Amino acid sequence: MKHIKVLGPGCAKCKTTYNNVLEAIKQTGVAADVIKIEDLMEMMKYDVLTTPVLMIDEVVKVKGRVADVAEIKQLLSA
Amino acid sequence: MFDEVQHFADWLVYTVLGLMHGSKIGDALNFFVFDTIKIFILLALVTVIMGIINSYFPIDKVRNFLTKRKWYGADYFIASFFGTITPFCSCSSVPLFIGFVKGGIPLGVTLAFLISSPLVDAVSVAIFIGMFGLKVTIVYVVSGIILSMVAGYILGKLKQDDLLTDWVKEIISNKLTTTNTYEEERLPFSKRLPGIVKEAFGIVKGVSIYILVGIAIGGLMHGFIPTGFFEAYITKENPFAVPIAVLVGVPMYSNAAGVLPVIQVLVQKGIPIGTAIAFSMAVVGLSIPEGLLLKKVMTTKMLLLFFGVVAACIVISGYLFNFIL
Repeated sequence: MKHIKVLGPGCAKCKTTYNNVLEAIKQTGVAADVIKIEDLMEMMKYDVLTTPVLMIDEVVKVKGRVADVAEIKQLLSA
Repeated sequence: MFDEVQHFADWLVYTVLGLMHGSKIGDALNFFVFDTIKIFILLALVTVIMGIINSYFPIDKVRNFLTKRKWYGADYFIASFFGTITPFCSCSSVPLFIGFVKGGIPLGVTLAFLISSPLVDAVSVAIFIGMFGLKVTIVYVVSGIILSMVAGYILGKLKQDDLLTDWVKEIISNKLTTTNTYEEERLPFSKRLPGIVKEAFGIVKGVSIYILVGIAIGGLMHGFIPTGFFEAYITKENPFAVPIAVLVGVPMYSNAAGVLPVIQVLVQKGIPIGTAIAFSMAVVGLSIPEGLLLKKVMTTKMLLLFFGVVAACIVISGYLFNFIL
């Protein structure tokens, strides 16, 4: 079971990242839960500077840009 | 460099479509085709170049660099400079602001970064080169950096740390959360490039609709408004033109991609270039949506000071542009 977090205050880029994560999970069939963190105070606990941020099991994998489905699939299978 | 593009636009509009040379529709369309192709070539080039620089100096590294030692004022320059090469997303402004201040970077330096980041970026630089040429672009970039430094310095001197919102103060005082764990990625250039190009392509794609609409409006105005039309209303000699342009521009929200193509035509039709650039700086650099975001970290008083000081600096650079360009 992987724990995925998408951090971002709700801009278009963050939504795209979130949807890409869902799509990647669907395509790979990996067991994972996805949490979307939009609250700024919650977000600052992770010391992010640029959004969106993609975290897998509490490790920052991608920050400041949208990760596409293929890239997320690769990260999920690693 | 763009002769070929002009030939292509002439051929397409006057030969293939058979429009009359000198007709309003023909000229407007020719302008649209030429400008679109030229701008997109420049956009691709500049976003890739800036992407390469940014790949070696990502924002985390810049913050690390700024917090590592005392800079005695040079930090204002570093922040403003790297603000220009960091791609700006308004929704990142709050995390960035807190991340910087929490890391111990002075408030004024943080604000300098926040001002320069939207003001000068790959997209605006590319459009400036395409529309106003290299000389105006250099003046714009240099003054954008100086403006950010000066505004940041003034705001820093105003000692506004008490004017931050309470939860931000709490975060700053809670030193336990400061985990400065930046690890540099050591990838060879060949491994970086595909990502950079992909990223650049994404930026160009993201702004393309604004540019097309902007150039289309510009093309129409180009064809239908007589040259010198605005000179009757807005002249260099009118001392109020620049402040009024800035006041009108501040609440407006657009990126450089949408506003600059229109600005170019306004300049051709007689609006002084400094007044036009001050207007576009106000549109791009300050906006109501950005203010609403910053409201989360700043009290109203601090926000008004921020907007006031930046707007004043834009007005001054508008006068300077009119004077030197």
